[in-house]
Amino acid sequence: MMTLPMVDYTMKQLEMWNNKIEEIVRREGLNCYPQEFEICSYEDMLCYEAYVGMPSHYPHWSYGKAYERSKTLYTYNLKGLAYEMVINSDPCLAYLMKDNTLLLQILTIAHVYGHNDFFKNNRLFAKGTQADYTFEMFKNHANRIRNYIKDPSIGYEKVERILDAAHAIKFQTTREVEVKKLSEEEKRNRLLEKYYQESKVTSILDEKKEVLFPNLNRIPLEPMDDLMEFIIDYGDLKEWEKDIMRIVMEETKYFIPQIETKVMNEGWASYWHYKILNQLDLPQGHQLEFLGRHNQVVRPFLGSINPYYMGFLIFNDIEARYGRDKIFEVREIERDQSFIRKYLTKELCEEMNLFKFDKKGRDYQIVEVSDEVGWKEIRNTIANQVGMGGIPYIKVVEFNQKDGSLMLEHEFDGRELELAYAYETLKYVRELWGNKVSIKTKIGQVSKNIICDENKKITIQG
Amino acid sequence: MAIFREFDGRGRDRAAEDRRRHKELVEDSIKRNIADIIAEESIIGEDRNKKIKIPIKGIKEYQFLYGKNKPGVGSGNGNEKRGDKIGQEEMQGEQGQGTDQPGNAEGEDIYETEITLEELIKYLFDDLDLPFLERKKFNEILSEKNYKKLGYQQKGIKPRLAKKRSVVEKIKRQKAHQRGKQTSNIQLNEEDEKEKERFPFKEDDLRYFRLRQDIKKETNAVVICIMDTSGSMNINKKYLARSFYFLLYQFVRGKYLNVEVVFIAHSTIAKEVSEEEFFHKVESGGTYISSGYEKALEVIEKRYNPSVWNVYAFHCSDGDNWAEDNDKAVKLAAELCKACNLFGYGEIQMGYYRPTSKIKSEFISKIEDKNFSIVTMTRKEDIIPALKKLLDKENGYRE
Repeated sequence: MMTLPMVDYTMKQLEMWNNKIEEIVRREGLNCYPQEFEICSYEDMLCYEAYVGMPSHYPHWSYGKAYERSKTLYTYNLKGLAYEMVINSDPCLAYLMKDNTLLLQILTIAHVYGHNDFFKNNRLFAKGTQADYTFEMFKNHANRIRNYIKDPSIGYEKVERILDAAHAIKFQTTREVEVKKLSEEEKRNRLLEKYYQESKVTSILDEKKEVLFPNLNRIPLEPMDDLMEFIIDYGDLKEWEKDIMRIVMEETKYFIPQIETKVMNEGWASYWHYKILNQLDLPQGHQLEFLGRHNQVVRPFLGSINPYYMGFLIFNDIEARYGRDKIFEVREIERDQSFIRKYLTKELCEEMNLFKFDKKGRDYQIVEVSDEVGWKEIRNTIANQVGMGGIPYIKVVEFNQKDGSLMLEHEFDGRELELAYAYETLKYVRELWGNKVSIKTKIGQVSKNIICDENKKITIQG
Repeated sequence: MAIFREFDGRGRDRAAEDRRRHKELVEDSIKRNIADIIAEESIIGEDRNKKIKIPIKGIKEYQFLYGKNKPGVGSGNGNEKRGDKIGQEEMQGEQGQGTDQPGNAEGEDIYETEITLEELIKYLFDDLDLPFLERKKFNEILSEKNYKKLGYQQKGIKPRLAKKRSVVEKIKRQKAHQRGKQTSNIQLNEEDEKEKERFPFKEDDLRYFRLRQDIKKETNAVVICIMDTSGSMNINKKYLARSFYFLLYQFVRGKYLNVEVVFIAHSTIAKEVSEEEFFHKVESGGTYISSGYEKALEVIEKRYNPSVWNVYAFHCSDGDNWAEDNDKAVKLAAELCKACNLFGYGEIQMGYYRPTSKIKSEFISKIEDKNFSIVTMTRKEDIIPALKKLLDKENGYRE
């Protein structure tokens, strides 16, 4: 382990700098939740990192793994530990690592206010999460899971079995934030309406249309993307098992806005820490360290994308082109996908030297560069892959009521599933569903059906 | 005004339980892959306490995710051109710092765990549930009377006089004596000197070692590894044989305190060789299996009397014995069975066409001793089952 620097600041100093920062925050018109900072050691930081930032979280080995992983990477200096973590909560809680230098603390405090404002104002967070309920929710989840573990009729292993499987498909839930769910009745009516509309003869000249009467007994009526919910509703799970599924779903739902706004959120926070620190009149030495740190944070990553860098550049560019009010509007209504589609310009692509690569055989080859011809393709590629776009979109197609099997379909957009992972994940779906499951996808441009039978044997057809 | 507070975890390690569970799962995974690890790594002949690094396929958290052959975008330095090759297979760029999102760690988790060979072997044998080998005549050998010194006592016999300790006791008494004198009278230095010279040992000064008899019940075992090193035993076959012997040796060593190993290499003639030679030397020539057996019997007779030694003999060969030697080989194998606790014959065959060798069928039909085992190994995955079968000698395993 590397030797850690001695703490070179006092609490008083932090408070003093924070007051100055808060003043700028107010002046600049950021709209934040009340802020709380917790100064913690490197070990505590590792723990927070492992447990998605939550002071209280249900147990699962994957968090132990996350801890070991961070620690290993950190020990071998392969990855710096986060200087800070910010929780989407009201009041907003942020952890600062004790061993940071004073300047780093000042920088992160400013950065934190950026995140805080983003959490409070971005549409996805405002509508999709309940910030004032965050800690209670995680605590409540932890308690429920611990109670199932303690329950002599359930116990650790059974809980782990469900958690393992639920974690495997936790992102196979609805991606829409705040879309009203239709009841089965409403869905049925909608289908019927659609049918009548389509089969209506609108003009005498029209030929009589052959529209199939919808199958109203089909489950689901129409393909749906919420596999988690579907299994809860139609699977053969016990009540406590369903509850665990719901806990995992709620947690995913809490994190989806963060996944969907990584570039914006980091860009916004970086924009603000830069702006704020420039107004702080830092002493000379601190000023130099600040510039060094800042450049470190927003540097390009060769061969990949640094969200801090991209977000920072885009927000600055928006401000330059449309004025200050615009950036506030953008942080409120966009998500990464739309943010990039609308505001990643040719000039920015050029500035970042973005290129698109693709795999040809075993090699990665550059297929587009940021010129007149290529930049749009590059922009679209990023827009399609950011946020939840990085996770395959899978739909429940049919629950075959004759043999009890479940049919899924991967909505193929040119990107293939990692097969080894797909097989294992399918086994988890089978574990939850209790019966044969299959998933349709494309491999090498050919449609395939991957089947996992009752004995978890995988076969591929097609 | 923001609130600042110092978090005091009070040393509470909240991740401890989940880490323990994760470790347990990793260990399970090691156990499941142990055959591979042992057959893959060149650990044979290594010191038991040597740490070896084994890459463990981490406990993966499977999800539906995209494969590696998807397009991606990255930053460059501006000199990139279409058609440039920028990497192979592995290239995925570096990771950003400070993830505050779950679920973005895709791809391979390869851990490297360091464990000692000892631990590795322990995992292996724990899992295998191997039989305890029959032990021969406890007590009779190596129960040499070991004496352990356990402190001192005031009474004892002369040979156990603890000289050093006795002197210490004397000096202690002397010092006390002097101190007593000094406090009462500081003068009379000269007389003091004289008295010092005349300060003799008294009975009270003498100390004797206290001894405890330490009888260890130990057994002796010898493993005789006989390997066919003829020309037909190619590198791959030898590799299998050597992995097999390695595990066997480890197993026997785990069960007995004092294990000796004899290595015999044979082609048409047999030689006792060193471990190094045994595992690494390539020979060529024809095959007289009997020569190896003869040598083994000779070694047993000379050095390891079967009435006090547990003798295990194992022979690995590809079965490609010269026909004129078969009868003799069978006869000697039968003799070896009498002399050994266990005699095993492992036939190593590779490739798709694997006829039963003549010698193997002769062994099967002619040797009836219960402690004779025959196994066949064709791939490294067969080693551990073969070992288990071989050692499961309750009623000599035959295929």
